[in-house]
Amino acid sequence: MRDFARLYAALDETTRTGEKVEALTRYFEQAPPADAAWAVYFLIGRKPKQVVPSKKIREWAAAEAGVPDWLFQESYDAVGDVAETVALLLPPSEHSTDLPLAEWVENRLLPLRGADEEAQRFAMLDAWRAMDRPQRFVWNKLISGGFRVGVSQQLVTRALGKAGGVDPTVVAHRLMGDWEPTPEFIGRLLAADSADSDHSRPYPFCLAYGVEGDPAALGSVDDWVAEWKWDGIRSQLIRRGGDTFLWSRGEELVTDRYPEIATLGASLPEGTAIDGEILPYLDGTPLPFAQLQRRIGRKTVGKTILAEVPVVLIAYDLLESDGRALRAEPFEARRARLAELVARVDRPGRLILSPTVVADSWEAMAAARLAARSHQSEGLMLKRRGSPYHVGRKRGDWWKWKVDPFTVDAVLTAAQRGSGKRASLYTDYTFSVWDDDRRLVPFAKAYSGLTDAEIARVDAFVRRNMVEKFGPVRTVKPELVFELAFEGIQRSPRHKSGIAVRFPRILRWRLDKPAEEADTLESIRGMLPA
Amino acid sequence: MNADDLLKPTDAGLYCEAGDFHVDPWKPVPQAVVTHAHADHACWGCGRYLGSEEGERVLRVRMGREAVIDALPYGSPLDVNGVRVSLHPAGHILGSAQVRLEHRGRVWVVSGDYKVEPDATCTPFEPVRCDVFVTESTFGLPIYRWPSQAAVFDEINAWWRANRDAGKASLLLGYALGKSQRLLSGLDPSIGPIYTHGAVEKLNRAYREGGVALPPTSYAGAAMKGKGWAGAMIVAPPSAHGTPWARKFAPLSTGIASGWMTIRGTRRRKALDRGFVLSDHVDWPGLLGSIESTGASRVLVTHGYTAVVVRYLRERGIAAEALATRYEGEGDAQDRAEAEAMEEAEAQEVDAGGTTA
Repeated sequence: MRDFARLYAALDETTRTGEKVEALTRYFEQAPPADAAWAVYFLIGRKPKQVVPSKKIREWAAAEAGVPDWLFQESYDAVGDVAETVALLLPPSEHSTDLPLAEWVENRLLPLRGADEEAQRFAMLDAWRAMDRPQRFVWNKLISGGFRVGVSQQLVTRALGKAGGVDPTVVAHRLMGDWEPTPEFIGRLLAADSADSDHSRPYPFCLAYGVEGDPAALGSVDDWVAEWKWDGIRSQLIRRGGDTFLWSRGEELVTDRYPEIATLGASLPEGTAIDGEILPYLDGTPLPFAQLQRRIGRKTVGKTILAEVPVVLIAYDLLESDGRALRAEPFEARRARLAELVARVDRPGRLILSPTVVADSWEAMAAARLAARSHQSEGLMLKRRGSPYHVGRKRGDWWKWKVDPFTVDAVLTAAQRGSGKRASLYTDYTFSVWDDDRRLVPFAKAYSGLTDAEIARVDAFVRRNMVEKFGPVRTVKPELVFELAFEGIQRSPRHKSGIAVRFPRILRWRLDKPAEEADTLESIRGMLPA
Repeated sequence: MNADDLLKPTDAGLYCEAGDFHVDPWKPVPQAVVTHAHADHACWGCGRYLGSEEGERVLRVRMGREAVIDALPYGSPLDVNGVRVSLHPAGHILGSAQVRLEHRGRVWVVSGDYKVEPDATCTPFEPVRCDVFVTESTFGLPIYRWPSQAAVFDEINAWWRANRDAGKASLLLGYALGKSQRLLSGLDPSIGPIYTHGAVEKLNRAYREGGVALPPTSYAGAAMKGKGWAGAMIVAPPSAHGTPWARKFAPLSTGIASGWMTIRGTRRRKALDRGFVLSDHVDWPGLLGSIESTGASRVLVTHGYTAVVVRYLRERGIAAEALATRYEGEGDAQDRAEAEAMEEAEAQEVDAGGTTA
């Protein structure tokens, strides 16, 4: 497991995709197939369910390390992760071993499920004593069901392709569906024979830049087709050789996660590729993105979630029809064929032609754009008439024109240490505004938007200006003012302020403003939809 | 704190009324006894400084040539207005000292910053028996347990070698005073040439003059143009990270040496290629061991995880209290303070140069 722990550390230490793929490739090239199979399994997120609860792990580790509970908690507050805190606290092991990953998983970890507590405790102590710090960390992650590392399935797929000399899209295809992490599976995964061909392959997505300045600079409004910019998952639905493939923009195969779309795909004619957006949609209206998030992480979807958050595919473009690539044809021609296709599909309501927004001037278009929020949309997409479907992000033919966010000047009133990458720094902030009695009332939490240098300064401020301690939260002297942006606002009886905002983030630090001049709750209420 | 304490916290720092001097003041005072030359312990502009003989050169670099510095060898006592003052090695950086104060039968030791693992660039820490021990708590959590220095240097040299083989330069970040020289002492010069940032080079000189053996280094700034940096090691303070100066060494891999690198989240947040766990501060086992070996009946805990250490000691029956100071320990704030101290020292040198010319 030493190599696997080392791989984990290497993946964890770099943000560079190239280095991650390199580390993965090196691992797959030298790992015994039984280990490689489990590595693939864990790396793409098919972790086993929690075998031992975190609570027990921390209890046994604290006892082993001779650390009182409160001190474990203090340590945890600094680290932000139980598995890591435990790995750091345990006394150094005197003789760490290097048993294969497959051995640890198959013969040590899996049999622990359902074992009685004493047996589990004994096995954990035994494992810890046989491992060095990096192995302990990975082991704790695996056993608590919290294994997660910053690689996408796509990167794993690429590395497997490199290590085995196989086209990555073929690997992606072979990774679909049910499989067991066995040496035989790795053999099949990396087999050179590509009888299963590359008929699953998606087209590279055409992406847009944001409009800068006045859209009138783009020329006559008549040269452009405008559509709503939806807040879902951009994807491609492909039907070839009797199979259906749904690819997300990260070129991850997500067919299994959206059975509604998979069924829709099965009813498409042979040789079809549609570019669209998976959108949560109920009773004829899109649902907020937060609803879709409930489905994104899930590999299996139950009845309840299917009923509560059904999805549709909003069709933007037709890239392939009757097995013929259409990307070079003018946008209107592709759209016309797409409209015909949508009309023919026998899954009405599942495939929706992306509606266009018609305006005879840029002023009218700008006015239409203001209504975006009422449609749960982020703004407009502008596509030039006659334009081909480009590869990747190209300037000129496609533009996104988002609505401006709401902004508010708010006072920092509490902070909490971050977790993971931001552990040990106060990075999670609570912001307040003045209520009708001139008291500060919390109205949003925000985590992002400051530079590392600013975070360091705010962190120093928090440390020196703490007022009270509520668990991990520290209230601070209300002095610092920040401009926050957010996308949506609604009434919420669950919040003390009576409002809830969506996607709050920090725009900038208002060093020029004293706390007294921050915004009021009244002014925020004025932003609520009528 | 008690009314008859030998040292009392004031606006300017820890004050010894009996001897009429401050220990590590953070505001200019007439007489300062300083543990070491880091900016959060040795403040600019005091009337007189009393420091260790081993640390005189580096203190001079920091406080400027006009500063009045009295140097005292480790272990030799000096009477200051009836208080017996002596300095004892703290093992933190070259010349770092614990200040031992004896007055009317009471002994206090202010340890400043310290570490217990021996380090080739300074005299190792020596525990000093006392009644009251003032200790830092920068890394006062049981998660901080340093790997052996030899293992860390092996890691650093392996990283350098791998970068060299990949045609990259290695930029290694550590405080200009102390950490940089310790890093240099552990580098294997057979791997490639070693360059340093100006702030580091200046202190290398003071270290070498003080008899500390460091591998040959060249000032990186001087050799900038048209230079192939592949395979070279460049040692610089953390503030150099991400600057245009640092980017000139590209392609490069950047690493940092700090105790904070113990935590994965901190390593990731720094967005550097490598984080090496190496600190000039005491770790948890070292902290507890040092406190025990002083035999102190009372422990005053300063900068760091003060509350944690106080509570832990009390639970173990040791009278411990928090002592509020403005020392920074090891961190970004100290790095900034260090950078400012260097600028100040440089500016003063320019002034001095102007008047004598």
